[in-house]
Amino acid sequence: MTDLPNSLRTGPDEQGHFGAFGGRYVAETLMPLILDLEREYRAAQVDNAFRAEFDDLLKNYVGRPSPLWLAQRLTDHLGGAKIYLKREDLNHTGAHKINNCIGQILLAKRMGKTRIIAETGAGQHGVATATVAALFGLPCTIFMGAVDVARQQPNVFRMKLLGAEVVAVESGAKTLKDAMNEALRHWVANVHDTFYIIGTVAGPHPYPELVRDFQSVIGDEAKAQILEAEGRLPDMLIAPVGGGSNAIGLFHPFLDDTGVEIVGVEAAGEGLDGKHAASLAGGRPGILHGNKTYLLQDEDGQITEAHSISAGLDYPGIGPEHSWLHDIGRVRYEPVTDAEALASFQKLTKLEGIIPALESAHAIAAAERIAPTLGKDKIIIVNCSGRGDKDIFTVADALGVKL
Amino acid sequence: MTRFASAFAKGPALIAFITAGDGDTAANLDALVAGGADVIELGMPFTDPMADGPAIQAANLRSLAKGTTTGDIFAMAAAFRHRHPDVPLVLMGYANPMTARGADWFAAECAKAGVDGVICVDIPSEEDAELGPSLRAAGVDLIRLATPTTDPARLPAVLDGAGGFLYYVSVAGITGLQQAAQASIEEAVARLKAATDLPVAVGFGVRTPEQAAEIAKTADGVVVGSAFVDIIAAHGDGAAPHLEAFTRTLADAIHRAKEIAA
Ligand SMILES: Cc1ncc(COP(=O)(O)O)c(C=O)c1O
Repeated sequence: MTDLPNSLRTGPDEQGHFGAFGGRYVAETLMPLILDLEREYRAAQVDNAFRAEFDDLLKNYVGRPSPLWLAQRLTDHLGGAKIYLKREDLNHTGAHKINNCIGQILLAKRMGKTRIIAETGAGQHGVATATVAALFGLPCTIFMGAVDVARQQPNVFRMKLLGAEVVAVESGAKTLKDAMNEALRHWVANVHDTFYIIGTVAGPHPYPELVRDFQSVIGDEAKAQILEAEGRLPDMLIAPVGGGSNAIGLFHPFLDDTGVEIVGVEAAGEGLDGKHAASLAGGRPGILHGNKTYLLQDEDGQITEAHSISAGLDYPGIGPEHSWLHDIGRVRYEPVTDAEALASFQKLTKLEGIIPALESAHAIAAAERIAPTLGKDKIIIVNCSGRGDKDIFTVADALGVKL
Repeated sequence: MTRFASAFAKGPALIAFITAGDGDTAANLDALVAGGADVIELGMPFTDPMADGPAIQAANLRSLAKGTTTGDIFAMAAAFRHRHPDVPLVLMGYANPMTARGADWFAAECAKAGVDGVICVDIPSEEDAELGPSLRAAGVDLIRLATPTTDPARLPAVLDGAGGFLYYVSVAGITGLQQAAQASIEEAVARLKAATDLPVAVGFGVRTPEQAAEIAKTADGVVVGSAFVDIIAAHGDGAAPHLEAFTRTLADAIHRAKEIAA
């Protein structure tokens, strides 16, 4: 199928812009490398061997396709629309992050780069990157905010077991955005041999595009699976949005299907009046980490700290394509608080025997809110972007349980 | 003649960088001028200074912790212009604080405060539309950066729309850490001077009078930043006399370099 002239799937433009968002706001030192990466990605896109290797690794290493599970007990409990879960939690390493890492490490290999770096918040992207670096035998350094290192110890140990060096970033607020700053600083000084595997659909062009493309396997599979199960497209998609990679991966193949309503879920933390990480609901456009997008910031353009119980959503920005989809109204973004996510984390675990990541629990919470308002003949697909084993300490802590 | 043109006409220039709002900025700026700095670069603090090393990162955070606002920075700039009518003043910083109220607003404030030029670290020539047209319309020079990775194919785009001087970032890296090999600097400066009539200044990793003098033999200007910022970190509000003394050693070395070379 070719894209229609008015397709929403043709972005970004040649300069990497999605409407007013995106672009390449990087230091001059990085600019030639970004252009190089784009050239190499364009070549890889039309190289059947690249595609074949990517597909093979997704199938035999990651374990794709991931199932589309009809959550019957959750559906019955809510008494409205039928809820399907896209089971990204069943991927190797336990989240959608690995899809993108496989794609980028193949690009790194193609470009002859010999060292890998990445930023991580929750540690999921760090673990996925350390995993592919181990698989390809490349040395790997992961930058992680010191605050996140303290609250995600199991993932820190996993990364070290996988052979990665983990650098605790002490600058700024010591969370994900500072990890990304530090990764960019390291990259600027090591551009000749280092490939930076960015973990979400952010950063300078072409990252938002290529991460989206690698994650679109989620939506491509979901579309085929729902057509097989139900003989029709779903009425609604719901996914959590940190930077927005799992969400755009599910959404993108459906953007031109006008009958499909699309909902992205932002982390509202303590509530939109308190500390939160909802850049669309509480931010305005600005420039950070190589792209123009909605950001949490003050009047002077200083970035304000995000907060979410979910480390993977604890970021003051959002991928530029989401900013565009928000502005044109194709995707609706809804906030979900820490408390709502915690409740849904427990509910899904008890009703379906699936412990979701706290990130994914935000999407479940939105589904709980919306499903009862829709008829039983309606169908919702929720992205279960990861599994919650990494979060049991955070959840125990929030529930006042000592482990 | 513009302030830049007269500053560079006197021979190799010392371009001194400090972060606005870190320590007693007015006293520190006066000390830099008294010590012989030819051009002042005033850093606009940002929460996320991606291109800066530990010293300038810390200066950014110290300044923001004291509550420095964009309005404060323009007030410092305007007061500096009043005290020093002839010394070129450059604002250096990141895109988000510069564009937060719109590029036109920022450019107009620069012009009003007597700012001669602006360096924006994270707006490469590809994204010039974000800030460049507004600055040029307001008569403020946009100072562009060239780096060791700027190949000959890119250089014309980097120079297109550039003003003031060309800032050669001598190392692929962040501020304050490494120092580049002298031979690579000489080669790069020669290449850049062949491509532009703008003065070429060299910065990143320059800390000592000896290094500065070497660079001044070929370049039109030498930028020193982290070494000044370290002095402010060590001496806080009492940094001015220390800054002045250190500036003098750098300025003497740089201003003498051409005579020795000749
Ligand atoms: C399971 C899971 N879901 C979602 C996210 C948020 O990232 P993104 O919005 O890029 O999918 C993360 C990030 O760490 C994650 O681990």
